Amino acid sequence: MIGADLGILIPEIVLSLYALGGLLVAVYISGDRLAGTLTQVTAALFVVMALYIGVTPDGTRDAFGGMVIDDGFARFAKIMILLSTAAVLLISQDFMAKSDLLRFEYPMLIALATVGMMMMVSSGDLIVLYMGLELQSLSLYVIAALRRESVRSTEAGLKYFILGALSSGLLLYGASLVYGYAGTTLFSGIIAAAGDGKVELGLLFGLVFLLAGLAFKVSAAPFHMWTPDVYEGAPTPVTAVFATAPKVAAMVLFARVVHDAFGGVVGDWQQVVAFLAVGSMFLGAIAAIGQTDIKRLMAYSSISHMGFALMGLSAGTEQGVSAMLIYMAIYVTMNIGTFAFILSMEKDGRHVTGISSLNNFALKEPMKALALLILMFSLAGVPPLVGFFGKYAVLLAAVDAGLVWLAVAGVIASVIGAFYYLRIVYFMYFGTNEDGLDGQMNVLPWVGLMASAGIMLLGVLNLFGIDGLAQAAAATLIR
Amino acid sequence: MPSRHLDILTGYICRGDGMIGLEHYLTVAAALFVIGIFGIFLNRKNVIVILMSVELMLLAVNINLVAFSGFLGDLTGQVFTLFVLTVAAAEAAIGLAILVCFFRNRGSINVEDVNVMKG
Repeated sequence: MIGADLGILIPEIVLSLYALGGLLVAVYISGDRLAGTLTQVTAALFVVMALYIGVTPDGTRDAFGGMVIDDGFARFAKIMILLSTAAVLLISQDFMAKSDLLRFEYPMLIALATVGMMMMVSSGDLIVLYMGLELQSLSLYVIAALRRESVRSTEAGLKYFILGALSSGLLLYGASLVYGYAGTTLFSGIIAAAGDGKVELGLLFGLVFLLAGLAFKVSAAPFHMWTPDVYEGAPTPVTAVFATAPKVAAMVLFARVVHDAFGGVVGDWQQVVAFLAVGSMFLGAIAAIGQTDIKRLMAYSSISHMGFALMGLSAGTEQGVSAMLIYMAIYVTMNIGTFAFILSMEKDGRHVTGISSLNNFALKEPMKALALLILMFSLAGVPPLVGFFGKYAVLLAAVDAGLVWLAVAGVIASVIGAFYYLRIVYFMYFGTNEDGLDGQMNVLPWVGLMASAGIMLLGVLNLFGIDGLAQAAAATLIR
Repeated sequence: MPSRHLDILTGYICRGDGMIGLEHYLTVAAALFVIGIFGIFLNRKNVIVILMSVELMLLAVNINLVAFSGFLGDLTGQVFTLFVLTVAAAEAAIGLAILVCFFRNRGSINVEDVNVMKG
């Protein structure tokens, strides 16, 4: 019995043991000398675990009396989290080495954060949800402040910690109310208590607090205020991590809570999620216009993208969840490529993040400029690039669920948002003649940038089958 | 041992003689929680006060959980409380560690000085 339960958790157990063992080895034997190797080993282990999860048999399995759920939805999310984290580790290694950040704690903390994210996406119980979320958050607080001697990095860590702790508190208060009024912390029990179309007031309060806490974690407006500062202040490789896997984990957890625990009362959370979606889309699109720092711009861009993903979720249907998964997969791929480029933005050997440093980049490096152009168009959702299909999927889900006003708002926000992506392209191709970036790029970031841009181009044929996989995954969530 | 504790608590709550009921516990918890939130947002002095406010919020949740646990006669809430306490301790440790690093760089832990980046 316990053996079967543990068998379901093999990837998480392996990663936890690896992180703890790696810490011991590094502390007692090597120190920071092996940090580069540890980073590569961690990335390789993530890929192996993703393959392992990919080949495990289909079907929904429960462990520990339903506290942990291993279904197609969780497996899809876990593979996405593992592969994107591995990619980010690989593209950032050169940067870490150059800026003296190659510390052994970094890959180990990433491994622990990944375990937390994997627990989040397969949680079937409020306690597991909370423990997974905290394992992820506590690891990320530390790596935001990874550059200990920098005011900006420690300030980013401090801000992230305070607002993250606040959001955990909100989420936890919601969890306690849900426990009190549903009488159980199991999602299967909560849906039984909230399933008959009518919800007690206490349970409703708990749901709203839970949603507020989760909205913090996905950085949806009006709970987004930590995002720009943390993205700007944290070291760029850490920003790349923040923009990818934790967003996927939080969004998938969001979907799991609203469907697994509150799937019977869609009408009660639909408005809240739609409100979050509209707010994030417009805030992300409008506030990004005045930004001059590309990391800050990517923060607002991610807020806007989370709004679109939430729009898919607010449909409250299987189609909506599948659209959300497609959107997140595309978003993560685009962000890996963009951050591969941002990581290699250098002027006179120093890392710069100002947008104006992109002036006339296309004259110097036409290939890379073209790749970035494709990524920016894709982020903006210009057809026929893959980013457009992500937006199309969520808009279609919203329209099919009768939320036409939301889809219209999404289109308007998308048009506004296109401005700042195109501004970057404008700087690259028609900028004034200033001395711009050096244009040097190491092999792995180059591969990341080109692969991501290539996917955005070639994916228009069939999206690499991701839509079919997402549909199958969404079908296992909504039973 | 847990059941005895539970009996005392349920005794208070279920007796129904108008002494202390579930709603009193919930009120105290809600008040503490709100004080915690206001402590974070209205505090303009010291980051340590923010850390204390965070603890206050988590402890308010614990009161909620234990009260519900007693009311429902179900131990899950108390197990949850133990997890929350553990995580709160880890959270405080990490928060203080980051704060120490910040103090070394900035030479101050005033809330007004956490302002290198606007926002």
